[in-house]
Amino acid sequence: MSGDTEGTRLDPWLDSYASRALAMRASEIRALFAVANRPEVVSLAGGMPYIAGLPLEEIAETMRRLIVERGATALQYGSGQGDEELREQIVEVMKLEGIHAHPDDVVVTTGSQQAVDLVTKIFINPGDVVVAEAPSYVGALGVFRAHEADVVHVPMDEDGLIPESLDETITRLKAAGKRVKFLYTVPNFHNPAGVTLSLERRPKIVEIARRHGVLILEDNPYGLLGFDSEPLPAMRSMSEDGVIYLGSFSKTFAPGFRVGWAVAPHAVREKLVLASEAAILCPSNASQMAISSYLAHHDWLGQIKSFRVQYRERRDAIIEALEEHMPAASWTVPAGGFYTWVKLPDGLDAKSMLPRAVTARVAYVPGTAFYMDGRGADHMRLSFCYPTPERIREGVRRLAGVVDAETELVDIFGTGTGPGGDTVSFPSPDLA
Amino acid sequence: MDVLILAGGLSHERDVSIRSGRRVADALRETGVNAELRDIDVDLIPALRALDGTVVWPLLHGAAGEDGSLQDVLEMCGVTYVGSDARAAGVAWSKPVAKALVHRAGVATPDYVTLPQSLFRELGADHVLGAVVDRLGLPLVVKPARGGSALGVTTVTDRGDLPRAMVDCFAYGDVALIERAVSGVEVAVSVVGDGDAAYALPPVEIVTQGNYDYDARYNAGRTEYFAPARLDAAQTAAVSAAALAVHRVLGLRNLSRTDLILDAEGAQFLDVNVAPGMTETSLFPQAIEAAGRTLADVYREIVALA
Repeated sequence: MSGDTEGTRLDPWLDSYASRALAMRASEIRALFAVANRPEVVSLAGGMPYIAGLPLEEIAETMRRLIVERGATALQYGSGQGDEELREQIVEVMKLEGIHAHPDDVVVTTGSQQAVDLVTKIFINPGDVVVAEAPSYVGALGVFRAHEADVVHVPMDEDGLIPESLDETITRLKAAGKRVKFLYTVPNFHNPAGVTLSLERRPKIVEIARRHGVLILEDNPYGLLGFDSEPLPAMRSMSEDGVIYLGSFSKTFAPGFRVGWAVAPHAVREKLVLASEAAILCPSNASQMAISSYLAHHDWLGQIKSFRVQYRERRDAIIEALEEHMPAASWTVPAGGFYTWVKLPDGLDAKSMLPRAVTARVAYVPGTAFYMDGRGADHMRLSFCYPTPERIREGVRRLAGVVDAETELVDIFGTGTGPGGDTVSFPSPDLA
Repeated sequence: MDVLILAGGLSHERDVSIRSGRRVADALRETGVNAELRDIDVDLIPALRALDGTVVWPLLHGAAGEDGSLQDVLEMCGVTYVGSDARAAGVAWSKPVAKALVHRAGVATPDYVTLPQSLFRELGADHVLGAVVDRLGLPLVVKPARGGSALGVTTVTDRGDLPRAMVDCFAYGDVALIERAVSGVEVAVSVVGDGDAAYALPPVEIVTQGNYDYDARYNAGRTEYFAPARLDAAQTAAVSAAALAVHRVLGLRNLSRTDLILDAEGAQFLDVNVAPGMTETSLFPQAIEAAGRTLADVYREIVALA
């Protein structure tokens, strides 16, 4: 070789990035999901609500009237805390889960994802600990990583987060000198695990967090989507000072509006509003007013009931298909929500198997995406919310063929599930 | 002039293909070419039959786009298209076949074996892998016999990691190519033109922290590119001659990109792409700029060759 010319790393600002940006990298999984959105592929990957189930003509008319009659407000900047009328309606929505809050306690956000970001921003210094379920929602893990939090997972069982394990974990972390700032939990129809925190455990979790001086971040996008029973009381209904509650219209109405909310203790709420104003000035007035009109003029509870029926039918389809085609695997049977969490036969690695699945025209999310510590390779998340029951059955049938082929391969090479990846892939929006 | 760029498809490289397609379309439009993008679907053949004078540029990466099958469809529909014909693309797509032909033509290539998954089942994985290591030594590169973008590729330095690498490779296809890993200067040489009139663009040198895997290729940072490569005149001539030899012996047309390692023994052929990536981080566009030419100029020249 000759010469001492400088090379290029294709990004002239590479040395300028903050350390938290270094982990933000496109992954092979993301590339594979580019195929998953094609109609030929049965995608059991994305958590996309079944929007086709909405009365789109009626919503279109609502939107039209909104712009014609109140466009000067809808298309203008608005309040940083969120539209007052919508906040009053949110208070009514939350009563369904036993929460009694004042509209002043509500902060409207751009999806509850922004609320996760705001809470993390105001509480987490690099190295602070967030305790989260094992596994945990991939979108929240991305936020925690971006804020350089140290995420420690706590095990769950079929009744959700295990209180004794939570207690032990926080005790151990504190003894090691760690600052545990909050518990992040999805108590209802967990993403990805599909399980629900039992009624009996809820006050125990609240008490453990209170005793340790740890906030609870209760993320509840699916709570109203139970198939067979009334919603359980939120932990926020058991503790006003110790719980920040996050809600969303993305699953009960439509994610395209990007409207969620946080309910927080008064002082925390002040910080959230300031942080939100610094980030986005204000949430979209048009989206908030569209949601507000929808809540005021449509049978939104009836729509949720309709969604429940549709999602239950899909849940039944996926469970029946798993029983028929994948008897060597095991899975959770969710009582609501969008997901089942599948444990693969011994030795299989869901991440390694994904290319084969995409070739077979079926997609899922490998379990490693839901851990910060590299675990999860032996699990996959299957979403049943979007495809029709027929497509779900076909998808599982294809998946079973993939599992059989991979089982044979693992038998040939004698390889067990490896340690898994040590990185969390930042999710595509449709993985939420 | 009208150009229809086919990008997307259902391969694992769909994302890269779409990005490549957009870049080429933008560059062609700068020269006044009416360039449109189109995905592959059940309406493709009727759409191709309806073309009148439009040149098709297949920019699908991975199977279908590069294995010759799409080119067969284009020929059946009687359209003029950019790039190698179906037979040449099919030969280039199969790494072991391409390596054998290139080697026979006098270009060195790392020693290798090609092994289907079924062989491991029939003969026992441990015995087969033991024989592979005895023959080729370590380190080894395990890769799908067909495919691109480094998907399913693992460099193995520890014998114990070989079974896992095989499983990862077979996720992308039923045949694995296991190659002796060679160290040296890694270069990519892009070629434009046909037969004796084909010419090589300046080689691009790739320096990677760790393996030149998917992460290194598509995320800025781990890989440093030198365009043109930091080679002396003789070395540049050697790698350029090797790439031109590959282009000619495989009967490639219009454009190709050959990946080589330059070591003490000279240029070693690794792989050739008939539909090289054209994304913002890809090697072919870097070579064009290193030649002091514009993307628009070279892409228009390539279209004119079709």
